[in-house]
Amino acid sequence: MASAFWKVEREADPVTEGAGRGISIELAGVEKSFGNGLTVLKSLNLSVRAGEFVAVVGRSGCGKSTLLRLIAGLDRISGGSLRRDGKEASGVDPATRVMFQDSRLLPWQTVLDNVRLGAIGLTRKEAEERAREALRLVGLESKENDWPSVLSGGQRQRVALARALVGNPRLLLLDEPLGALDALTRIEMQRLIERIWLQQGFTALLVTHDVSEAVALADRVILIENGTVALDLAITLARPREKDNGFAWFEKRILDRVLEPDALPGKTAEMQFEI
Amino acid sequence: MKTLRAKWPTRLDGVLPWVVPVIVIAVWQLTGSLGLISSRIMPTPVQVVEAGVRLTANGDLGKALAASTWRALAGFVIGGGIGFLFGILNGVAKLSEKLTDSTIQMIRNVPHLALIPLVIVWFGIGDEGKIFLVSLGVLFPIYLNTLHGIRSVDPGLIEMGRVYGLGRGALYRKVILPGALPSILVGLRYALGIMWLTLIVAETISAKDGIGYMAMNAREFFQLDVVVLCIVLYALLGKFSDVLAKWLERSWLKWHPHFGKWSGKQTP
Repeated sequence: MASAFWKVEREADPVTEGAGRGISIELAGVEKSFGNGLTVLKSLNLSVRAGEFVAVVGRSGCGKSTLLRLIAGLDRISGGSLRRDGKEASGVDPATRVMFQDSRLLPWQTVLDNVRLGAIGLTRKEAEERAREALRLVGLESKENDWPSVLSGGQRQRVALARALVGNPRLLLLDEPLGALDALTRIEMQRLIERIWLQQGFTALLVTHDVSEAVALADRVILIENGTVALDLAITLARPREKDNGFAWFEKRILDRVLEPDALPGKTAEMQFEI
Repeated sequence: MKTLRAKWPTRLDGVLPWVVPVIVIAVWQLTGSLGLISSRIMPTPVQVVEAGVRLTANGDLGKALAASTWRALAGFVIGGGIGFLFGILNGVAKLSEKLTDSTIQMIRNVPHLALIPLVIVWFGIGDEGKIFLVSLGVLFPIYLNTLHGIRSVDPGLIEMGRVYGLGRGALYRKVILPGALPSILVGLRYALGIMWLTLIVAETISAKDGIGYMAMNAREFFQLDVVVLCIVLYALLGKFSDVLAKWLERSWLKWHPHFGKWSGKQTP
């Protein structure tokens, strides 16, 4: 693998530098319940600054993916208010891109055409140029004419990342995008995502069940429990992050909170995290 | 899959499928020539070829082929078109599915060849009756497979299309139709088989031209060489349709690991 992925250049404070590019998200008293009476999120308050990298962690079924779908505009909120960039959010928004756990590439289109899908509203030529640029960014420019089925899992996710980036999103939502990858590829992808985020200054929201991944990437880690924010912790480590004592401290702090027995009445604390 | 198969030298690939037919024909000719089977019961391959040359020369064969092919194609286009349209419509519109699906499923379970007596009364023994029967026969495999194909498109891909701002038209063109295509092509192959089967039966029972008529006519004059020739023709036409369908699969499903360059000629 190209050594560039292992190198994360330290740049000026990304939050201020990326200002104007990223958008802010404001959730106030958000509720989400489904038709069958199941309430997944209740009175959830969360505000994400423009250009911030926020990770959302929690046990399976805590509603973290639902939260991401609401912000993406794929589902509607049942109550409260959700603002993107200061405006009440309604439906899917072209400045917001989502990267899913599975790459969701169209198997019948080449890598280049798949990436081109993210550059909607441009002429074919412009879109192709932008798509090539995005593929260069993720280091896959040599694969542009391949079918997705010949790529490895990590390469497919990099194509999906290129597709998400090609439209210059102002908000990137990541729904456990690295969950299905092997440990080495995962570290590589984490560094790639961090590098691109530092360069481009969009707002990023990462949903993950991997606390270590959250600490490695995010400015802030949010823990969702029983449908609401249970912990909101700023990760004050310098980038690039080393797995040193400070890192371990943050990791332990979050894990301890997640595994607190009284958070789960009547249940033993079972490990559902991959660390 | 390839790794599971024994490796043959690739230059034999083109020859191997012909080995069995060639042996069968050789044995058939030999038993006929040696007088083991009377040529009154079973004409030899050479006699069949001679009949073919004779009928080609006087134009009968060409006329019969043209008549049968026309009926087959007309029926296929009409029935396949209707099946495809209903498949798409019912795949994407709940209302249309509720309204028509159970009716179509009911008609599907009637063997369409059972309608032959009715069809003769309605249409006589001309082209219309045969085209009607072929349409009815090919409609259902195309309908079912189109519907199934559209339903089995990965909902994740459709959701992805929504997030990336694809409109309704683009969503059908880029996601739903290509996703349904492998299944539609399976339906097409079934339909081609049913197309010839229906036509043979219909032409054999009632017709005034076509290959089936030629075979029945020859039987009355005990020209078994012509009867066997007609049977061989059906085999060749069926094979031709199959090759066509395979070619479509290979050129339209290049992206599919099963039909792509790795599997090469090994497609079933």
